[in-house]
Amino acid sequence: MTRTVLVVDDSKLARMVVKSILSKTRADWRVVEAAGPTEALDLLGREAADIALIDFNMPEHDGLWLAAEIRAGNTDMPIAILSANAQDAILAKARELDAAFVEKPLSEEALAAFLSGAALKLRRAGK
Amino acid sequence: MNGGDDIGNEDGQLLLTELERDALTEVINIGVSRAAKNLSRMVKDQVHLSVPRTEIMTRDRAVEWLSRRENSSLVAVGQDFRGSFSGQALLIFPQKTSLELVRSILDDTLSLEEIVDLEQEALAEIGNVVLNGCLVVMANMLKESLNMSLPRVMRGSSQVVLLGADEEDPGEMVLFLTIDFAVRARSINGYIALLMDLPSITAIKTLIRRYLRGLEET
Repeated sequence: MTRTVLVVDDSKLARMVVKSILSKTRADWRVVEAAGPTEALDLLGREAADIALIDFNMPEHDGLWLAAEIRAGNTDMPIAILSANAQDAILAKARELDAAFVEKPLSEEALAAFLSGAALKLRRAGK
Repeated sequence: MNGGDDIGNEDGQLLLTELERDALTEVINIGVSRAAKNLSRMVKDQVHLSVPRTEIMTRDRAVEWLSRRENSSLVAVGQDFRGSFSGQALLIFPQKTSLELVRSILDDTLSLEEIVDLEQEALAEIGNVVLNGCLVVMANMLKESLNMSLPRVMRGSSQVVLLGADEEDPGEMVLFLTIDFAVRARSINGYIALLMDLPSITAIKTLIRRYLRGLEET
């Protein structure tokens, strides 16, 4: 089933890396991009996304802030925080928001494993 | 970790395109974030990072930038790296927070005298963990090997810290990248900085183009 993945990262390179892995592992899925949290929320106001992949370290608000905003309106959406900043405190906050943590530099295996889990979670939720 | 226009030298000649700068900043950001994880384990507290700033400027302007932000005496741990691109990585913080940083990684039972005794060694170790962590990720992502010098501890003004004992040419153009870090629970703050000269920027431009081509080909 085709899914829409929201990729939020202020780095174009980082978005390119995610898109490159998605094109290899989930070629039929659609990718929508935002360069920051505000743009991401605007985008979600206009169109639906099934899964969110969010960078942690961004100007204005960090990725956990955005994950909390999304989670407040959507309890089922699979969310992953993508960062090399795997400090215990950040991992714990991600867990509180029921968000996965995928370490950068991204590997195809790690992201593909999250996406498989996300697809399963959405099917179970009847979405 | 991007934004803004392309960056160039003072003659306006573009040295890095927007995408190249974005790529370089993201690679360094991943390195520094990994380093923050290591530092966080050492200080047993969360380490907060700002988004990186990347600019091409003279060494003098870099000194000016740091002096404006920190007018007290500084401590820095520096490590040189050499490979297809070369430069200097620095962990810089105000002298007044140096002991607190050292205290945070040592046994709580040590006396102030013992902590002072260990300060130099502990600072070098913190610098080693943070700077190596950052440079290794950068080298691996760009598929290059880098030789890293042993860490050295420097004390003094921003001039001493950024120009060093070798008295680097203050007029030389460098790529100056900085990230603020803070351990708020212990009121520790500082900077992770990277300085690279122009030949290194040209070399890194080539590596980044190769890295981007690799992404486009997949």
